[in-house]
Amino acid sequence: MTPILWGFSILVVIAILLPITYLIIRVMGAGSDAWQGLLRPQMFETIARTAWLAIAVTTVSAFIAVPIAWLTVRTDLPFRKMWAILTPLPLVIPSYVGGYLFASAFGPRGLLQQLLETLFGVTRLPEIYGFPGAMLVLTLLSYPYILLSTRAALSKLDPSLEEASRSLGYGNWSTFWRVTLPLLRPALGAGSLLVALYVLRDFGVVAIMRYSTFTRAIYVSYTSFDRSQAALLSLVVVLVTLVFLFIETRTLSRTKYFQIGTGQARPPALIQLGYWRLPALLFCVTVVFASLILPSGLLIYWLIRGLRAGEVIPSLGLIAWNSISASAIGAIVILLAAIPVVILIVRRPNKATLLLHRITYSTFALPGVVIALALVFFGANHAPWLYQTFPMLLLAYGILFLPQAMGAVRTTLLQISPNVEEAARSLGRHPVQVFFSVTLPLLKSGLIAGASLVFLTIMKELPATLILAPIGFKTLATSIWSAVSEAFFAQAAAPALLIVLMSSLPMAYFILNEKNVE
Amino acid sequence: MFGKRTFFVLILVMTIIISACGGATSVSTAEPASTEEVEASDKLVVYSGRSESLVGPIIAQFSEATGIEVEVRYGSTAEIAATLLEEGANSPADVFFAQDPGGLGAVTKEGLFAPLPEETLAKVPAEFRSPDGLWVGVSARARVVVYNTELVQPAELPEDIWDFTDPKWNNKIGWAPSNGSFLAMVTAMRVVWGEERTLEWLQGIQANNPKVFEGNAPIVEAVGNGEVEVGFVNHYYLYRFLTEQGEDFGARNYFLPGGGPGSLVMVAGTGRLANGQNEANALKFIDFMLSTVAQQYFASTTYEYALTEGVNLQRELTPLAELNRLEIDMVDLDDLAGTTQLLQEAGLLP
Repeated sequence: MTPILWGFSILVVIAILLPITYLIIRVMGAGSDAWQGLLRPQMFETIARTAWLAIAVTTVSAFIAVPIAWLTVRTDLPFRKMWAILTPLPLVIPSYVGGYLFASAFGPRGLLQQLLETLFGVTRLPEIYGFPGAMLVLTLLSYPYILLSTRAALSKLDPSLEEASRSLGYGNWSTFWRVTLPLLRPALGAGSLLVALYVLRDFGVVAIMRYSTFTRAIYVSYTSFDRSQAALLSLVVVLVTLVFLFIETRTLSRTKYFQIGTGQARPPALIQLGYWRLPALLFCVTVVFASLILPSGLLIYWLIRGLRAGEVIPSLGLIAWNSISASAIGAIVILLAAIPVVILIVRRPNKATLLLHRITYSTFALPGVVIALALVFFGANHAPWLYQTFPMLLLAYGILFLPQAMGAVRTTLLQISPNVEEAARSLGRHPVQVFFSVTLPLLKSGLIAGASLVFLTIMKELPATLILAPIGFKTLATSIWSAVSEAFFAQAAAPALLIVLMSSLPMAYFILNEKNVE
Repeated sequence: MFGKRTFFVLILVMTIIISACGGATSVSTAEPASTEEVEASDKLVVYSGRSESLVGPIIAQFSEATGIEVEVRYGSTAEIAATLLEEGANSPADVFFAQDPGGLGAVTKEGLFAPLPEETLAKVPAEFRSPDGLWVGVSARARVVVYNTELVQPAELPEDIWDFTDPKWNNKIGWAPSNGSFLAMVTAMRVVWGEERTLEWLQGIQANNPKVFEGNAPIVEAVGNGEVEVGFVNHYYLYRFLTEQGEDFGARNYFLPGGGPGSLVMVAGTGRLANGQNEANALKFIDFMLSTVAQQYFASTTYEYALTEGVNLQRELTPLAELNRLEIDMVDLDDLAGTTQLLQEAGLLP
């Protein structure tokens, strides 16, 4: 089976290496100016600022996501399933829209201030721009990365370990810290990596919140049409990514996360929250309010204001269908590409697969426009039959989002003992049969989490869709961007609301069909 | 607990309401009656750095008037120009429609444009087109100072953009140093004032602690709600806010009467790509954009300035001929690399 897995994986590696090859080709054309520009003290400052933002956002996201994951999977939290559906949704809010909405809500003279002025006469709020604003908005938009991977791992966790801990006299609290959390380490690591790299890649929020990160420097190079400098900066991003990857793989070590011996993972009993119910509920309400209700409310306000002023909102049916189908097909294709790579990495841990692991993540922090231009370069000049076709767009999505699918699938596979598969094989099943009849069903929660992550992020993807989609192919994200960039707020609001609503459908489907634990 | 079915029905209903919102007013797409009869010569591929909300309707009109099936790829001017440069000779594009002279300059430098016929070029004044006839301006945008009507009286506003370095503007200015149009204005400053004085201006404004924004729209919004008192923007964003929020939106435009680099009027323009497959249609498209119909569209719908004669402006706008604007050839605005470098030197860009 290994050679087949390697065959698939090498195809994936070739795809991932396309952008890097492109960057190297472009950097060769860089003049001495670009190289000197790289050594300016400002550059180091920008790298430090970017890294600091990434670390802060990741940490705060973990403190939001892990409690929500635990509360919605393990406890008798009221309306548990509803929170489980709503909390991942901020992931679909495009970053530039999120930034814009939060800036106009919490700016020094924004909506919150106007409300406070009528109530208390507050004429100006402190500035949220810079680090605090960027951190707040990025956290609210990206904590679902950690949430979805942690939820998947948590729902597969064997409760007997925790029960053992409790029977040895530890309370719920110390059991969580000493047993549950260490077992969630791979999921937390994978989710955190996605958040950190998302921060490196983001452009919209940091631009609006006026916090210069490395991606902004890359965009500035493109604005002045300097592709070589943009490529040079992008290669620096790849290097920074490799550093983050090194940190993440270290958190994994060689610990085993599956259960050995007899006993079968089964649904655990729900933990009674008791008088913690109210604080837990308040926590979920606050998070959902800030990350979902508030931006949606503002969008509704934009929409109504525009409709009243006589704005005409064009029909969105076809565009919505494009978004849904591209995201769904993308999620399935990317999941299929992720599975062989993940099996290899988890089941054959050696130097070669570690390298494979790092390569697949290496381009994840690159801004979408860089990946898109790399594919323009190869597609237009070497594969015109593929260029600007739907498969080409899928390839771009694959390069952009493969690590998201991999992270969720990998952490789940780590929880499945290879003994189960070996047992099936010893009973005479072919490895391929074993995969379909044993491994795949056990992987379900990871597959769903991975597919959801990819689905939600393709819904909002912008640069690759603009540049590489078949010509005339519009999605909700491109419509939002087209309107918001020219201050057509009402026309931006309708597709933005639609993106949130439609994304809630598959989320609801998966969550409501989870095995009911009572 | 709410029932599964109720939940799905609820979402479905909301989805339908929003997608149908105004959907009744059918938008004419670029689809001619029957696609099967369309031959290769009835096609045109446009790469547009201008947003669909601005140029989509007029492109649809072109399609309707000529029966040519137009395919448009939208993006930012920087993204689309970079795409054209990567595609090189293999680009499927026939026409590039750019938001600013910088984008046109980048494509010109790579030699991707083909010269336009004399009669097309002659429709617009010489300063608004490429001296080699490689691209032509379609509509113009003025750089203006947008001011808050409660906090600032027009009489207090200076003649020249240089005067905003005066300490009395401390904490009152909003600007967007990474925005393409702002970069074009700084390029004009370099042409008119020279590098040193431009750097001096940048540092003078910085000494006044300006608020940095990401683009024109957020500046206009911030001026409107009084977060800053004045902002350096393009003129037409204001009218979007007035349309959606009504006449009591608290900001208006002020065109600097000094005729310096702050009084810049610059064009969005278009050119034909030399490797395009549909030369005749590309030329038809460019001519159409310079026709009275299209020029009137830009003047009345997007609140821009028309470049040809005989077009009525929106009532709020002073005619181009009456503005004491900076006299500069658009082609001189294409050195964005030098401008970016200067802004980096001033610590304004990463």
